[in-house]
Amino acid sequence: MSHPAVTIRGLHKSFGAVEVLRGIDLDIPRAQVTCLIGPSGSGKSTLLRCMAFLEETSSGSILIDDAPLGFRTHADGSRTRLPAADIRTARRKIGMVFQQFNLWPHMTALGNVSEALKTVQKLGRREAEDRAMVQLKKVGLAERADHFPSQLSGGQQQRVAIARALALEPEIMLFDEPTSSLDPELTGEVLNVMRALADDGMTMVVVSHEIGFSASVGQKIAFLDQGQLLLTGTPTEVFGKPRHPRLDQFLETYLDRGAAMLL
Amino acid sequence: MRFDPALIIHHLPSILSGLSITILTWLIGTIGAVLVGFVIASARRFGPRPLGMALGAIVEVIRGTPFLIQLFLLYFGGPYIGLFLDPLPAGLLGLTVYGSAYFSEIFRGGFEAVPVGHIEAAECVGLNRLQIVKRILLPEMSMLVLPSAVNMAILLIKETAVLSIITVPELTMIVSAIGSEYYAFVESLFLLALFYWALVELCGFLGRKAEAKLSHFRLSAS
Repeated sequence: MSHPAVTIRGLHKSFGAVEVLRGIDLDIPRAQVTCLIGPSGSGKSTLLRCMAFLEETSSGSILIDDAPLGFRTHADGSRTRLPAADIRTARRKIGMVFQQFNLWPHMTALGNVSEALKTVQKLGRREAEDRAMVQLKKVGLAERADHFPSQLSGGQQQRVAIARALALEPEIMLFDEPTSSLDPELTGEVLNVMRALADDGMTMVVVSHEIGFSASVGQKIAFLDQGQLLLTGTPTEVFGKPRHPRLDQFLETYLDRGAAMLL
Repeated sequence: MRFDPALIIHHLPSILSGLSITILTWLIGTIGAVLVGFVIASARRFGPRPLGMALGAIVEVIRGTPFLIQLFLLYFGGPYIGLFLDPLPAGLLGLTVYGSAYFSEIFRGGFEAVPVGHIEAAECVGLNRLQIVKRILLPEMSMLVLPSAVNMAILLIKETAVLSIITVPELTMIVSAIGSEYYAFVESLFLLALFYWALVELCGFLGRKAEAKLSHFRLSAS
């Protein structure tokens, strides 16, 4: 298989005295869905945020398509921070979807999706909005283009947020607990959009509590516990029996999120 | 003593000139205070720490002392440090400095109220720092601070009356002079109250208009 979309080596991250990630080595395969699962506080969200450079890593390296993200690592192991413009370039390949949607409340759905096309890619208004509409159609919200975030349901807001990330044609999509702040009956519409994206061959990294989704859509599962990667592999390898006792214990608490089918 | 409307009509030209000075000082002072306040808040948020602490201390001193005394110090104390100002410039400077301390606090709160995630989302789609401030932080902040900013602008209308003590020929000075001259204190004070009230209502009306226009932001989405 071609080399990984993201290569993570020896990644450490501390918040003050608390070490959240303790030496992570992980490859994110191209055109596949990688699911990061684990108990809260295991560091899975932090790991994802490091991949978007929303958190600065303490040591180790992240390569996006072989290009270093944020820091250049020298032969002796020391690191220099890359200039802000380089960081923006590396980030261009990445689309991020947040738990809290983080739509800008003063812009319509169309405004949210077309904003970066206008200000970053310097497209004309007409072209930016045409391209934004294509993405809104893709997530099934073309008819809500003129609505402000406050006029949309949580599920619709999250779909707009996905369209906003897709508009920049990223190579890798990161999802940070995309359904965790949604009512249960709204998670389906978001998961369906994500499924369609996976079917299109998008490289995706998903932090999720939806164990059922991870097991059925995920092609690679990474189980984190206390800042370390405890298990990685295909769903069959990770969820198959005999199962790691720590994972078993974790799944027990997620019966309502589709974990029951695995037990 | 009788209430005499003829007095008002007779002095209408000078009253109107006073009113225009009041509106002018208020507008310039408020715009100045908003701008300086924004610069202070931005410097405290994005600037180096020592600068932020120094500005914070200055803001505390300005908020901790009466405007009347600040104005006296500026106008009568200024010459001791080589600052010779005519009444009007001194009044404008005083009003701007006084208002900017309050506006800077309003903006500081506004900066803090914009969720970090909204900034992160902007970073993720590639906006640079300046674009984030212009396109995300400022518009979001302005809708959050609008009610308290309007409130502060209303307070500043009334503070312009204090400029009369350093002989700025604004509404309060003109009308009280007429009052003293004709011994018509009730008329003059009544008239003053009416004028200020009308100005405040006008400002409040514009503020409510702006808020209504922005109302869809405030049905805050979670």
